[in-house]
Amino acid sequence: MRMLRFILKKEFRQIFRDKTILAMMLVMPTVQLIILPLAMNFDVKNVNVAVVDNDHSSWSQQLINKIGASGYFRIVAAAPSFREALEYIEREQADVVLEIPPGFERNLVREGEQHIGVSVDAINGTKAALGGSYLLTVIADFNQHIRLNERGKPVPGKGVNIGITYSNWYNPLAEYRFYVVPAVMVLLLTLIAGFLSALNIVREKEMGTIEQINVTPIKKWQFILGKLIPFWVVGMVVFTLALTVERVVYGIWPVGSFALLYLFAAVYLVALLGFGLLVSTYTDSQLQAMFVAFFFVMIFMLMSGLFTAVDSMPGWAQDIAALTPVTHFVKVVRMIVLKGSTFADVQKEFLYLVAFAVVLNSWAIWNYRKTS
Amino acid sequence: MNAVVLDHITKTYEAGKVLAVDDVSLEVAAGELFGLIGPDGAGKTSIFRILTTLLLPDKGAASVNGRDCVKDYKAIRRSVGYMPGRFSLYQDLTVAENLHFFATLFGTTIEANYDLIRDIYEQIKPFSDRRAGKLSGGMKQKLALCCALVHKPEVLFLDEPTTGVDAVSRKEFWEMLRTLKQQGITIVVSTPYMDEAVLCERIALIQGGKIMSVDTPANVIATFPVKLYAVKAANIYRLLTSLREDTAIDSCYAFGEYVHVTFRDDAEPDLQQWQQKLTAQGHEQVEAKKISPSIEDSFIRLMNEKQNGQP
Repeated sequence: MRMLRFILKKEFRQIFRDKTILAMMLVMPTVQLIILPLAMNFDVKNVNVAVVDNDHSSWSQQLINKIGASGYFRIVAAAPSFREALEYIEREQADVVLEIPPGFERNLVREGEQHIGVSVDAINGTKAALGGSYLLTVIADFNQHIRLNERGKPVPGKGVNIGITYSNWYNPLAEYRFYVVPAVMVLLLTLIAGFLSALNIVREKEMGTIEQINVTPIKKWQFILGKLIPFWVVGMVVFTLALTVERVVYGIWPVGSFALLYLFAAVYLVALLGFGLLVSTYTDSQLQAMFVAFFFVMIFMLMSGLFTAVDSMPGWAQDIAALTPVTHFVKVVRMIVLKGSTFADVQKEFLYLVAFAVVLNSWAIWNYRKTS
Repeated sequence: MNAVVLDHITKTYEAGKVLAVDDVSLEVAAGELFGLIGPDGAGKTSIFRILTTLLLPDKGAASVNGRDCVKDYKAIRRSVGYMPGRFSLYQDLTVAENLHFFATLFGTTIEANYDLIRDIYEQIKPFSDRRAGKLSGGMKQKLALCCALVHKPEVLFLDEPTTGVDAVSRKEFWEMLRTLKQQGITIVVSTPYMDEAVLCERIALIQGGKIMSVDTPANVIATFPVKLYAVKAANIYRLLTSLREDTAIDSCYAFGEYVHVTFRDDAEPDLQQWQQKLTAQGHEQVEAKKISPSIEDSFIRLMNEKQNGQP
C-alpha cells in the first residue's frame, strides 16, 4: 500500500506539471458543453420553400400564407414554373418546391379534391424528411379548414376526424438540447478517460522509463492502479464540472438521484480507463495509441446513440452498439437526468458496465508484462 | 562465488530469425569490474536485459548472485541496479524527485545509502530542482547512476553508460566506477569503445552474439599471436590498396592515421627494405614501425578469424 502511495504521488505530480494537458482537462468540458449543444440542433427550422402558384386564386394565396406563417418555413421564391423553381433547389436556395396546379380553387370547390406537388431536396435526409412532413401537416390542416368553411358542418359519411393532442414526456418542449447535453457530457468523460489513459503507459514505453520501472520490485497491480486512480479522479472532477455547466448554462438539473449518477460515472470511468490501458498495452508509441484509441472512440461516438437513436439502427448495428460501454452509459445518464430513473430501472445497464469494467481491466492487466 | 553466471544462453528475436545471443557462457566474480566489449548490435543489451530479468532467454540458464534469472526474478529485481543504454528517468520530474521516487520504490531513502552516492550526487546537487530532461548528457548519466545505486545493489549493470558522453565526463565516469568497485559492488559494464576496455579488470569481446575471448585486458593483448606493424604514407587509401595486393601480408586495416599490418607466418620484415619497396611503388612520405597491439587490434583479429573460420 505504501508503494502505491508513492506511485500515485509521482503520477499526480506529472499530471499537474503538464500544464497543457491540465488546461485541456478543465477547459475542454466547459467549452464543449457550452458550444456543442447550442450548435448541434436537430430541430428543423427555416425550411426554404419555393412556391409555384399556377392558380393565383384566393385559396392558393391562403395556403401559401398559412405555410409562411407556420414558423417552420421561409418562402424564398415565387417561381412562374416548376422548372424554374427546381433551379432554386439546384442552387441550394430552396429545400422544398410546392407546386399548386392551375384550377386549384375550382377543383377544390367543385370536386372537393385536388392534388398538389411537393418536391424535396433529400441531400440532408433529416431536414428533408422532417421538413416534408411538416409541410404535409400544414397542408392537411388547411384541408380540414376548407371543408368546414365550404360545407359549414361535417358531412355525414365523409369520415370522422380523429384529433391528435401531443404531450412530450420528460422533455415537455421537445427541445433537442435536453437530448444532446447529457450526450456531450458522456462524450467528454469518454475522451478524457479513454485517451489520457491510453497515452499514459505508452508514454512510459516511448520514453523508456518503463525499462527502469520494470527492474524495480514494483508489482504489476500497483503500477496499473497507480495509472488508473489519477485519471479516475480527474474523470470524476470533470464529471462534476460538466454537471455544474449543465445547471448554470442550460438549467438542466438531474431529476433522479445524484448518488446513482455518480455511481454509474464511477463504474463507467473504470471501464473506460480499462479500455485505455488495454490500448496502451498493445501499442508501442503514443502515435499508435492515439490512432487505435481514436478508431474505437469514433465507433463509440457514432454507434452508441449519443446523437442518433440506437433503436432505429439495423439489428446488427444494435448488436455492435450493445458491445460498447458508451451505449449503456449514455442511456442511463439520459434516464437519470431527464426521467429520474431509479436503480431498479437501470439495473441491467449497471451489470453491463460492471462487466465491461471487469473484462477490459483484467485483459489489460493480463496483457501488461514486465518481461518480454 | 560468482556474482553473475551465464550458462549457454541463446536468445533469438522475431521467431528465431534474428540471432541476438548465441550460446554465451560467462562468469563474473563478485566484486569484479567486468566489461562487455563489442560493436553496436553485438548482443550486449540482450545479455543485460536477460540478467536484469527483462528478457527471457530461449535456451540456457543465467543467475545473479546465485539467483536464477527466470525463477527468482523478484529477488534479483530487489538486489541489482540497472542503467539502460537510453536515459530512462522521468524527464518531467526534477533531479531530486527522480532520486526520491526510485529510493521509495525499493523501500529505502536517499539518506540511508547516501554514502554510496555521495560523490556522484554532490556533483548534480546544485541542479536538484531542475527537471531531468533539461540536464546535460553527462549530468543525466550521473543522475541515472545515482538512481541505479540508491538502493545499494549487490550487482550494478551499466549498459553503454558512456555512449554519447563527452571525453571528460567519460573519464570522470570511469573514476566513479572504480570508487564504487572499492565499496564491494560487482559492476558489469558494456561499451562499444575499445579504449575503455583497459579500464576494466576483465573483459569479454563479443561480436555477432558470440563471445570471442574472455580475459584481462593485458592478457587479451599479450595473446595477440603475431607481430604488428604500423605504416603510413601521404595517400593512405592508395597505400591500403597496394598492401592488400601484397601476398606476404596477412591482414591490413586503417587505424587512425596509420595502417596496421600483420604478415603471414609471422615473418619479420626488414623495415628499411619494406619502406623502400613502398616508396618504389610510388608512395610518398612512407613511415613504418613495429608497434604493440591494442584491444582493438585483438578484436579485429578475432573477428577476422571468426569470419574466415566460418565463411
